Amino acid sequence: MAWTKKILRVDLTKGTCKSEPLNMEWAQQYLGQRGLATKYFVEEVDPKVDPLSPANKMIMATGPLTGTPASTGGRYSVITKGPLTGAIACSNSGGYFGAELKFAGWDMVVFEGKSAKPVYLSIEDDKVELRDAAHLWGKTTWQTEEIIKKSHQDPQTRVCSIGRAGENGVLFSCIVNDLHRAAGRSGVGAVMGSKNLKAVAVRGTSGTATIKDPKAFMAATVAAKKVLADNAVTGQGLPKYGTQVLMNVINEMGALPTRNAKEVQFEGARNISGEAMHEKRPTDGKANLVTNNACFGCTIACGRISQVDKNHWSVVNNPKYWGASGGLEYEAAWALGAAAGVDDLDALTVANMMCNEDGMDPITFGATIGAAMELYTLGALTKEQIGIEAPFNSAQAVVEMTRMTAEGRGFGKELGLGSKRLTAKYGHPDLSMSVKGQEFPAYDPRGIQGMGLTYATSNRGACHLRSYTVASEVLGIPVKTDPLVTDGKAGLVIAFQDATAVFDSAGICIFTSFAWSLADVQPQLAAACEGDWSMEKLALVGERIWNMERQFNNAAGFTAKDDDLPKRMKTEAAKTGPAKGLVSGIDKMLPEYYKARGWTTGGVPEKETLARLGL
Amino acid sequence: MRVTFKLFASLQDYLPVEAKRDNALSLDLAEGTTIMAVIERFGLPLKSCKLALVDGVFVPPAERATRVLADGETLAIWPPVAGG
Repeated sequence: MAWTKKILRVDLTKGTCKSEPLNMEWAQQYLGQRGLATKYFVEEVDPKVDPLSPANKMIMATGPLTGTPASTGGRYSVITKGPLTGAIACSNSGGYFGAELKFAGWDMVVFEGKSAKPVYLSIEDDKVELRDAAHLWGKTTWQTEEIIKKSHQDPQTRVCSIGRAGENGVLFSCIVNDLHRAAGRSGVGAVMGSKNLKAVAVRGTSGTATIKDPKAFMAATVAAKKVLADNAVTGQGLPKYGTQVLMNVINEMGALPTRNAKEVQFEGARNISGEAMHEKRPTDGKANLVTNNACFGCTIACGRISQVDKNHWSVVNNPKYWGASGGLEYEAAWALGAAAGVDDLDALTVANMMCNEDGMDPITFGATIGAAMELYTLGALTKEQIGIEAPFNSAQAVVEMTRMTAEGRGFGKELGLGSKRLTAKYGHPDLSMSVKGQEFPAYDPRGIQGMGLTYATSNRGACHLRSYTVASEVLGIPVKTDPLVTDGKAGLVIAFQDATAVFDSAGICIFTSFAWSLADVQPQLAAACEGDWSMEKLALVGERIWNMERQFNNAAGFTAKDDDLPKRMKTEAAKTGPAKGLVSGIDKMLPEYYKARGWTTGGVPEKETLARLGL
Repeated sequence: MRVTFKLFASLQDYLPVEAKRDNALSLDLAEGTTIMAVIERFGLPLKSCKLALVDGVFVPPAERATRVLADGETLAIWPPVAGG
């Protein structure tokens, strides 16, 4: 089975919590987590809904492997309509919250309506209730988790919550669980805040005794874990250096968007890299990196736990940042660092801690800082408007802008809108490095062409986690392709998009895909889940999920015009590195992609495609 | 000729101590030196040389023995790594 076959429906307007049976017909078609929750969402919510209105819904969903002994089986996703983009939002998080929700006996929680006052949801197995959260409103995610655990008198309680950013409607606010893991992108935290829902606290003791064939499942998970352990990337590289090892790789190959993507190589990249995190600081003789860290059930353990020098200017009078905490991961280091031209590792570590503390997506936020710095450089924004000097390369500006945005004061309110709205307001809309309103991450589409198509077609706005062609174009996983050419990228992106949809719907981490293919996931699903879970079916499920998300976005008003990259990517060639002289070939790749997808030239799935997918 | 040689992640252990802070070393090489010759000179385990870039451009493993380095180029090598 693997599913608990129960969903929890929470009507925040009425204050009710009801158990419903899981729609198993849909589970057979959409698997779980991302796919299954999106199916529920698109069936129940008008695509035109205002994301921050009570009519929008928000679903926290586990996958069939969440909470099981499958490696990395601790994931959950938050599905809603995103306020940053107006598109489908689906943000995935690790840590321990997802597994605990499963242990409590729930496949997913559907939140609808809006509470009249701040509340949090308490789940202790079948005992579920909405509780007053007046004492939590205005608190950070760190404070919220601590207060709830103390009041529940159970340190095993797992908490996800919004910080002040989510309360204040920051359009890229996250939902943070376990202090530093986050459902990070598209502003799912703002949706939670709009519903006056501060947190979800869950404690589960029922376990996951729902595996179809336990003996076969254990054999399958053991075999799959051996694949991860024997693979040099998942067995050695990621545990030791984390995602941050990419900083020097991507910089060397000239694909590191720098200073709002004006450049593609950052002279300070080495100072904020995974290698630098291992080195002892000259100031206090300690390394930034304290240890690595694993989410529930993970046998990779790529997470970074870091500590800054207590005498660093950013924390010298702020002891709450003196302890070890989560970060830096590659995306945050790039966004808060290279995108702003800042190479102060400790300052970036602190800014990232603040993002965790108050629940902000550091990718969108860092990219927004980069855009603001370019506006400042152009004179479109002044010191008087921002409240501080904000030139590129200023670590002080990054830290202060993080603080003002987290606290919702001054110019921070404008930064909290994201770069699309900010640059439009100040007369330079082309300076937002975003697609569908969401900022792209740490790979420049001029130097890694497949990522341009990935960003342009991502259903949740620009994102690397919908089709990580970097694996192939840079790292040679599963095969090496040339990052500078457009040929073959449509097929590559589609293959990654569909496979990723399956990983995201299973309850496991996409980082397993550095070693696993679907052929490694399939035996685990087949042993855990009732029904047919052949390779052929999984491929179809992945494609079905992608097209379902696309249909929602089309119905929400998106068109082919929105499958586009910022003007800079198409008109300003890379100035250095292997991509020197190149712009993105998105205009060539996109028609090929539509055709290969079985979509019209306008980006709409053909009737035959929908019929084949059962949509 | 002079070539900048960079080793990253676990391969940086093969650099002299003074070069680790930058992950880079300036090499004085004879004309005609190939990528493989540099790999052998530093005793790098071949299975750890997953990604070799010359001026940022990937050189397939099969071409390392014939790819001659030129003055001013940068050779950078990584073990198997990934991120996200």
